[in-house]
Amino acid sequence: MTVTLVADRSTEAEATRIASPLAVRGLTVSYGQTPAIFSVDMTVRAGAMTAIVGPNGAGKSTLLKAALQVVKPLAGTVTVFGKPLAQMRDRIAYVPQRASVDWDFPTRVIDVVLMGMYRQLGLLGRVRAKHRAQAMDALSRVGMTDFATRQIGQLSGGQQQRVFLARALAQDADIYVLDEPFAGVDAATEKAIIAVLQDLRDTGRTVLAVHHDLVTVPDYFDDVVLLNTQVIAAGPVETVFTEANLQAAYGGRLTTARVDPESAAG
Amino acid sequence: MLADALLLQLGYNATLVTLGAALLGMAAGVAGTFLFLRKRALVSDAISHATLPGVGLAFVLMVAMGGDGRWLPGLLLGAAVSATVGLLCVQWLTTRTRLGEDAAIGAILSVFFGLGIVILTVIQTMTAGRQAGLEGFLLGSTAGMLRSDAILLAVASAAVLGLVLILRRPLELAAFDPGYAEATGWSLGRIDLAMMGIVLVVTVVGLKVVGLILIVALLIVPAVTARFWTDRASHVVMIAGVVGGVSGYVGAATSAIAPALPTGPIVVLVGFALFAASLLLSPGRGVLASVLVHRRYQRRVHMRQGLLALAQGQPIFEALTRRLMHRAGLILPDGVATPEGQAAASKALLDETRWSIVRADQSFAAAAIRYDGLTPIEDVLTPDQLRDVDLRIAAPQVVP
Repeated sequence: MTVTLVADRSTEAEATRIASPLAVRGLTVSYGQTPAIFSVDMTVRAGAMTAIVGPNGAGKSTLLKAALQVVKPLAGTVTVFGKPLAQMRDRIAYVPQRASVDWDFPTRVIDVVLMGMYRQLGLLGRVRAKHRAQAMDALSRVGMTDFATRQIGQLSGGQQQRVFLARALAQDADIYVLDEPFAGVDAATEKAIIAVLQDLRDTGRTVLAVHHDLVTVPDYFDDVVLLNTQVIAAGPVETVFTEANLQAAYGGRLTTARVDPESAAG
Repeated sequence: MLADALLLQLGYNATLVTLGAALLGMAAGVAGTFLFLRKRALVSDAISHATLPGVGLAFVLMVAMGGDGRWLPGLLLGAAVSATVGLLCVQWLTTRTRLGEDAAIGAILSVFFGLGIVILTVIQTMTAGRQAGLEGFLLGSTAGMLRSDAILLAVASAAVLGLVLILRRPLELAAFDPGYAEATGWSLGRIDLAMMGIVLVVTVVGLKVVGLILIVALLIVPAVTARFWTDRASHVVMIAGVVGGVSGYVGAATSAIAPALPTGPIVVLVGFALFAASLLLSPGRGVLASVLVHRRYQRRVHMRQGLLALAQGQPIFEALTRRLMHRAGLILPDGVATPEGQAAASKALLDETRWSIVRADQSFAAAAIRYDGLTPIEDVLTPDQLRDVDLRIAAPQVVP
């Protein structure tokens, strides 16, 4: 992974990009005239857990959304194992921010998990016993089996996050992209989620998550992308997650970010 | 007379129109549910008001070409065209300017409606326009509908129902979690386009029955009513279909015996009656249920606090507590405990002591989260666990 703003066009870099489960090049998103992210290159390593870290308003969520083309980028390309994203949608599972949906929506936990299989089911395919079993299996992996028929509004924040993760698990994808999976969840849920993610990694899947708690980055993740509108540094945690790089990404806000992890969210 | 109408005894034509209106109500309720869940209910109001200039212009055009001008399919086609223009204007204003959707809806709705009224007024002065009866499009009138009109209504409504059945999954996904829908490869733009197309069809074919001012009610009221009765989107859709169908049926049947009454308001009032009943009586989300649940909970809290006060030999101050406990035979009017009261009080105190041990012990964490100050601990712990807890109470330092 490179820190330069112009994409490395060497054959070696090209080969890594083709092998990568998610590679973006020159990605720029702008709301109005100010770019939220500018010319971002990111090549996610297969079979690793990567954290996107950066201060408030650094464009972390925007980078995820643009990489999945939920937000339309101004410029840039996204490839999944070297192929255009549009052909590879079913290889990616996305866990949006919990706050992005209306939890009073009339639906039950099991129904939300089944939504993860709508692509597989198509428009008219019947939900069969094996689909239900797959959904229940996903729920049991996040410890939510007992809540299957609850209305989603009755869940706590941590439980809602687990349901979202279960929906992604039901998709049985190769790449799991999570937007702030630990925001506002209880300690037990955080532990449960990280166990599931590490299990995914250990079975060869790739995990990419926006993360706001700097303290836990070395414990949870293998790679890190430090973002502040542009990529400040990216690579393995041991080499990239340094005081100097953090200082460069956070500027004067680093102390606050350390004391209060919540303030680094967004 | 009304009974005859409701039982479809008013002749072939009236029967056909009534059934058509019922089908329209179903289609509107079902389509409107997704609009309501997507929180874009008011867009349908802009669409319906934007039909009026199209109706007027289509009439003028048909008269100019030497026709009768009242040919319903022609008028509806005009309505559809101008409603599409209105919808595109709303979309454009929302996505390309800094105006919010609410402002865009307000602007388009009023401008198109104003333009429509001007055109209708001009038509009134035309010789050919004297008998136009275009006011029927404002508030709905099933009285003069032909058999062919009713068949058009039924076919379009059936098509809408079929389309919603096919698209139910993307529509549901787009309403609940648009970002996820997009990320998993459903095109949000196309889903929304399909939804608006469906709403447009319902609006246009519903013009003659409900009228453009009130069609929004037929789209929204059934969904809102249905939401009171279920927590599942698929059930909301079905119940909304039934509510809409009943409203359309009763509205059109009433109209058949009282042609002077506009159909739209009757349809809306029937829908409102169902809504009001749901608002009051729904077991889960209804007003009455929540008042009762709150009252019952409040009484349990008062009883519990009263018993604990008794057990600790403290006086009971609150009048409601004393009244409840007296009525239950736990205390005498002067506040002194009866034998039953004393037994219940020491039971409550024991319960509370056991709970405080459970809540302080990490190994009971799963049980401890069920503490609400009211649930008897026997409901939560197994007899074995309870014995374990009681052993700790027996230890001398724990006794209060």
